[in-house]
Amino acid sequence: MLNKYPLWKYIMVIAVITIGLLYATPNLYGEDPAVQVSGKRGAEVELAIAGQINDALEQANIEVKSSSLEEGRYLVRLVNRDDQLKTKELISDLLGAQYTTALNLAPATPAWLEAIGAGPLKLGLDLRGGVHFLMEVDMDAAIAKAKEQMVSDFRSELREEKIRYRGVREDAKTNGVIIRFADEQTRSDAETFLKPKYPGFVFDDDESEGVYLLKVAMSEDKLKETKNYALEQNITIIRNRVNQLGVAEPQVQRQGADRIVVELPGVQDTAQAKEILGATAMLEFRLVDEKTDVRDAVEGRLPATSQVYQNRDGQPFVLQKQIMLTGDHIVGARSSMDEYSRPQVNIDLDSQGGSKMSRVTKNNIGKPMATLFIEWLPTGQEDENGKRKLVKHEEIINVATIQAQLGRSFRITGIDNPAEAHNLALLLRAGALIAPIQIVEERTIGPSMGQQNVDNGMAAMIYGMLAVVIFMAIYYRAFGLVANTALFVNIIMIVGIMSMVPGATLTLPGIAGIVLTVGMAVDANVLIFERIREELLEGKSIQKAINEGYGNAFSTIADANITTLITAFILFAVGTGPVKGFAVTLMIGIATSMFTSIVGTRAIVNLLWGGKRLKKLSI
Amino acid sequence: MFQILKPGDTIRFMRFSKPASILSLILVLASITTIAVKGFNWGLDFTGGTLIEVGFEHPADLNQVREVLAGKGFNDAIVQHFGSTKEVMVRVAPREGVKGEVIGQQILHALQESIEAGVDMRRIEFVGPNVGAELAENGGLAIIVALACILLYVSMRFEWRLALGSVAALGHDVVLTLGIFSLFQLEFDLTVLAAVLAVVGYSLNDTIVVFDRIRENFRRVRKGGPEEIVDISLTQTLSRTLITSGTTLFVLIALFVKGGAMIHGFATALLVGILVGTYSSVYVASALAIRLGISREHMIPVEVEKEGADQEPVV
Repeated sequence: MLNKYPLWKYIMVIAVITIGLLYATPNLYGEDPAVQVSGKRGAEVELAIAGQINDALEQANIEVKSSSLEEGRYLVRLVNRDDQLKTKELISDLLGAQYTTALNLAPATPAWLEAIGAGPLKLGLDLRGGVHFLMEVDMDAAIAKAKEQMVSDFRSELREEKIRYRGVREDAKTNGVIIRFADEQTRSDAETFLKPKYPGFVFDDDESEGVYLLKVAMSEDKLKETKNYALEQNITIIRNRVNQLGVAEPQVQRQGADRIVVELPGVQDTAQAKEILGATAMLEFRLVDEKTDVRDAVEGRLPATSQVYQNRDGQPFVLQKQIMLTGDHIVGARSSMDEYSRPQVNIDLDSQGGSKMSRVTKNNIGKPMATLFIEWLPTGQEDENGKRKLVKHEEIINVATIQAQLGRSFRITGIDNPAEAHNLALLLRAGALIAPIQIVEERTIGPSMGQQNVDNGMAAMIYGMLAVVIFMAIYYRAFGLVANTALFVNIIMIVGIMSMVPGATLTLPGIAGIVLTVGMAVDANVLIFERIREELLEGKSIQKAINEGYGNAFSTIADANITTLITAFILFAVGTGPVKGFAVTLMIGIATSMFTSIVGTRAIVNLLWGGKRLKKLSI
Repeated sequence: MFQILKPGDTIRFMRFSKPASILSLILVLASITTIAVKGFNWGLDFTGGTLIEVGFEHPADLNQVREVLAGKGFNDAIVQHFGSTKEVMVRVAPREGVKGEVIGQQILHALQESIEAGVDMRRIEFVGPNVGAELAENGGLAIIVALACILLYVSMRFEWRLALGSVAALGHDVVLTLGIFSLFQLEFDLTVLAAVLAVVGYSLNDTIVVFDRIRENFRRVRKGGPEEIVDISLTQTLSRTLITSGTTLFVLIALFVKGGAMIHGFATALLVGILVGTYSSVYVASALAIRLGISREHMIPVEVEKEGADQEPVV
């Protein structure tokens, strides 16, 4: 029979719509005011601390809706928004500087919806306020540093091997260096010696004015690796610092070969954010002063050559003021396992650092050496000139015994667990930035602006939709109402899918994209309905007209939508930020509108009029 | 029932194809000339520099703002109202030796000190000059790639004369939209670029609907020359064209009026694009296809084109 769907088709339509609806529902629940507690530098909030927080909140009579400990972060949801600031202060007083507390708005999605992975729409920075930075790593500096490194490395390697060279200098034309020799034999000796030691490099012979040259350049892979390392290092450092900012849901992402995107929702004070991101961290290796008693030292009785520092747990150590080595000699640090599968950190120094290290450690074997981490943190206060006060924060991150004379590569053992080793490696790397970064793009949206953008977008959507809906109802009557139903379902499905897809964020141009979809989504229905009218005019029976109207309009609708989809894909590929948001909503909108305005309306039409004897059609 | 057109009559669109073609040609040339002479009012995204938008408690005096800024060394600052008289947008070109990201804060502090303590920072944008140049490059590339992909798709689906006609219509719409932006020196930023690309998609939408019908009618209607077939097809699709453009215009007007100042450029580009696109699918695309000598024979081999006609319908 014409215009009857088999049962499975109805079920499919209902199932698809239900899923869309289900995933759109979290947006109805709003957000809870919350306070988020996280440990600094990867430290985790433990159960005992969570207990302390709960007790303190109970004593202060703050109504807690719920709290959860996830991935080392503790999230306390509150009943009243007014309590939020009070709670934050209370917790930060309680826990001190080792933890950061941040205000947060946590989605109030019910547990059963969370269980199926549903959550509310993610809003872009232009809608929720916040700051977006695009940072660029200075790759020229990274390469220059690598070349410098090569020069000093080759010098000391050749010297140690007693191969006489005339000179080593950086090659301005390539990513490498030129070593000069007096005769061919020495050069080939040097090449045979160096080649196996430096696998990532390309060796070339040359001669000029009686001097034998050995040109050593980084291979393409090595170059890429160097750049990658510089970028990854910066990302690691920025992540660490962003965590200290105490921002809820910060994002630090790589973009392309040399850029980093940092998104900090809710942050208004960009000056502070920039200070923290640009803060300088330093590392120092110092010998522990074993002659002075720690208890005496804490009470102030210590020689002028020593000073007291604490580690993360607050345990004091007396260190010599003299610095063995600074962190800028570190060229690499990574965590691994030793032969007994105990965690360790391997450290590589540059040649200058290596010889310095070997000199100082020679006479201090068996003595403890401390690693001191120093950084400048903003206090949040300003001095009389309006300049922010920074406070120097010093902390011992490791104390280890020197087992042997150390050289360019050494390792720190006696670390409790692999996570700590990993952390230590990160911190060691943070001490010596290979390549500086600079901000090349910044976009800050104030909170009032974000809210206004949301309001404007919603207003445009409501008015636009109203106009379309009224027009369709008047022009196509009953069929117009069917199209309007499809339109509403379409919007819900766009919201549902946007909430479902992990990477999709709603931006202001994204809202514009949805508004546009509203205008365009009815196009498919207009095409179909006009076609049905034509078929009726040609004198076809009502059922036949409906069937052929849908059938004949289909390829036209498909063609028209595919071309729009092509442009949406291109927009997605080349666009960034808000434009990408527009492309995403456009793509999703095209897909859902094809479904609702063709399959969806057909299901309703079939159900209402299909297969019945009708004299007239309300179209 | 409501209807825009009475059924039965065929409107003889193609009778005006010659003057319309001349008009289009003149408009395209005028647009190109305007773009060549006046160029674009490039937005911050493309030029680089710093932009700050602030909200005052009372309507702001732009001259006062300019004076304050000039006193701080920002003589070149562009100061204008944005959205309302209480909101002011300041734009400063990138400068040597000063980090762009600090300029925004400097301006904000200057305004807070000299004019109103309660000046509200609404947004600050800083784009480095290199980033801007890159965005412009990518944007231009995007439009060209989009046109190429569409040409490819359309020539796969339609006969080459129709494909050429539709792409010509596209180019026409894009050039005219750009021309309007150049003529009135409307700010051209990333969202406008996105809108221009959307215009590419939608303008084609219209053309394809018409061409689908032309192809169908060449096969169905046995009498009449190409011009008559095109006239019949245009008449049959006219009410759809008007309704869809109408509903799209409704929402775009809503977006323009209610969407706020940040989305103005976007809405403007699409408004112009949709208006021009509706016209061009009739007088550029179809007229060009006729001029290229489209005839019934060209449509015969594409019999298989109506794919799935003998199969179970999808819907």
